[in-house]
Amino acid sequence: MSNQPATIRVKNLTLAYGDYTVMRALNFSVHKREIKVIMGGSGCGKSTLLKHLVGLERAKVGEIYYGDQRFEPGTSQAEGIRRRFGVSFQSGALWSSMTLFENVALPLEHYTQLPASEIRELVEFKLSLVGLAGYGHRMPSELSGGMQKRAGLARAIALDPNILFFDEPSAGLDPLSSRRLDDLILELRDALGATIIIVTHELASIFAIADSALFLDVDSKTALCDGNPHELLDDPSSNAKVRRFLSRGDND
Amino acid sequence: MHGSFARYGKRRCEGLFSNMSDTQQKAKKADWGTRRKGGNFVVHFSGVWINGEPKPSADTLRRDIESEPELETLHLEADHLTSWDSSLLVAVRQLCDWADTQGLRTRLDGLPNGVQNLVALSRAVPENKQTGEDTPDDFLSNMGERALSGYRGLNGYFEFLGQLCIDLFAFLRGRGRLRGKDLLTLLQSTGAQAMPIVALLSFLTGLIIAFIGVIQLQKFAADIYVADLVGLAVTRELGALMAGIIMAGRTGAAFAAQIGSMQVNEEIDSLATFGISPMQFLVVPRVVALVLMMPLLCGCANFLGIVGGMVVAVAISDVTVLQYCNQIQVAVGLNDLAVGFFKSGIFGLIIALAGCYRGLNCGRDASSVGLAATSAVVTSITWIVIADAIFAVMFQILGI
Repeated sequence: MSNQPATIRVKNLTLAYGDYTVMRALNFSVHKREIKVIMGGSGCGKSTLLKHLVGLERAKVGEIYYGDQRFEPGTSQAEGIRRRFGVSFQSGALWSSMTLFENVALPLEHYTQLPASEIRELVEFKLSLVGLAGYGHRMPSELSGGMQKRAGLARAIALDPNILFFDEPSAGLDPLSSRRLDDLILELRDALGATIIIVTHELASIFAIADSALFLDVDSKTALCDGNPHELLDDPSSNAKVRRFLSRGDND
Repeated sequence: MHGSFARYGKRRCEGLFSNMSDTQQKAKKADWGTRRKGGNFVVHFSGVWINGEPKPSADTLRRDIESEPELETLHLEADHLTSWDSSLLVAVRQLCDWADTQGLRTRLDGLPNGVQNLVALSRAVPENKQTGEDTPDDFLSNMGERALSGYRGLNGYFEFLGQLCIDLFAFLRGRGRLRGKDLLTLLQSTGAQAMPIVALLSFLTGLIIAFIGVIQLQKFAADIYVADLVGLAVTRELGALMAGIIMAGRTGAAFAAQIGSMQVNEEIDSLATFGISPMQFLVVPRVVALVLMMPLLCGCANFLGIVGGMVVAVAISDVTVLQYCNQIQVAVGLNDLAVGFFKSGIFGLIIALAGCYRGLNCGRDASSVGLAATSAVVTSITWIVIADAIFAVMFQILGI
């Protein structure tokens, strides 16, 4: 994995709201086809980091590179980079005034010149990938939380992105749905060749799918370590806080 | 201390000796006895420590402990505790915290195991002293903060207006990226669906104006001029104003709430991650729909206001329908109608701007959606009235 060129590089990134610093001096890179998990306790800035990575927040200090291009929200270059993103939000964040079908179809209508019939076929296929075939005519409010989340994923992969971001994909899902989602993420990586960044603190998911995991520590306000979660857990030389997190504090 | 020990002792003695059949009754009361043992100060809990039952005063106990010289340890124990709940836990916890500030060690081993464990658990994670704000809280810095946030708000508003102008031009040049279906739905909801309420209220307004007018004008036998009164008042002012105020309450609030709840659900964020500008996708169609529909609603309000006036004029004075219509035709010129239509278009713009701006700047929780809707209505009605006043002066000077 690591011999692949880095797709995403983060250099000295500081996350802040106003004067309040959430995380400082973050340095990491994500390789092509890698599944990177960002983990850490509640309130450590995981979701904030994700917002910076997708350009919803502007970095005060530090740089983010996609390939060789620097990513700065607001520039036309950033819009080009963004076209390769698929983002799945914590709550699904489906557009509530549109049906499921229209939700998935909108990015396709917006960015491609495909005829309506082809868009219909594509949308139906994406919905069937997340197990929602036949639900296209439903409004988001008529679906359960887990279904909304999966529909959000179908929308995120509508444009066949090569970088996928997930914010807490399995939070609030039952263990089986969560497992299916993990499998789907692995499949997407293999089939689309996508690079995947996941914010989560579900240990089962972390061990099942992560190639590497970045631990954000709320006390020291920085990333403590970056590596394969199994190795981090087994290696006695890795940070005690991280091993405690990965073992649910069982070694206390 | 001896005095207070005697006091506690006395109370317990009363409990024991005054009335033996009352023992059960007295045992129910939460109480603590105290005694000194070397460097130890022992507090002995007894009775029923249940929420809602009377409790002894902690201040008295603290004063007693403070008055003791050279104490090292505060020892809490309880052998004759009848029953307890959180009430005892709170008392123990507060006593422990207070002892910490006094530099006393605390020993809880005389208390029931459950109490020891829960109190230890509640003290395990230290209290968060960080409030998140480290700005000083005095008059000058508050004023400075407010001025800065006002300045930022103003900047944000100009940014919003500028971006909207760019996107509106793009829309007019046919380069907009909005969905036709959305625009049609908005035209329906701001136009056809708003018509009944606008019609009803303007009919009644015309009626009211005519009532006042007819009664006054009859004194001078000038009943027919009620048509002038109603016609001019409705076409120049009231039609547009009524439509504006109704739409501010109905549609402006709806815009703010819709966009605000989209903000709460991260829907705006997800639009942005697809590179779809919320301005083009949400604000432009709303502004266009309302600016197009308001003059139509104003026309409807004008017509029904005049009809309302006619009903009263015909019913309570000698004016006939034909006379009334004739007089309206003489009194109301095309410029009066144009003034009303023009104003209603501007009011539509004000309402749509206020609603969308408040919605986009809504916070991330449910209560801020309510606030956004409220402030959208207040802002738009305020600006409608201000604009109307400016127009009144302007048209006077221009002689329209």
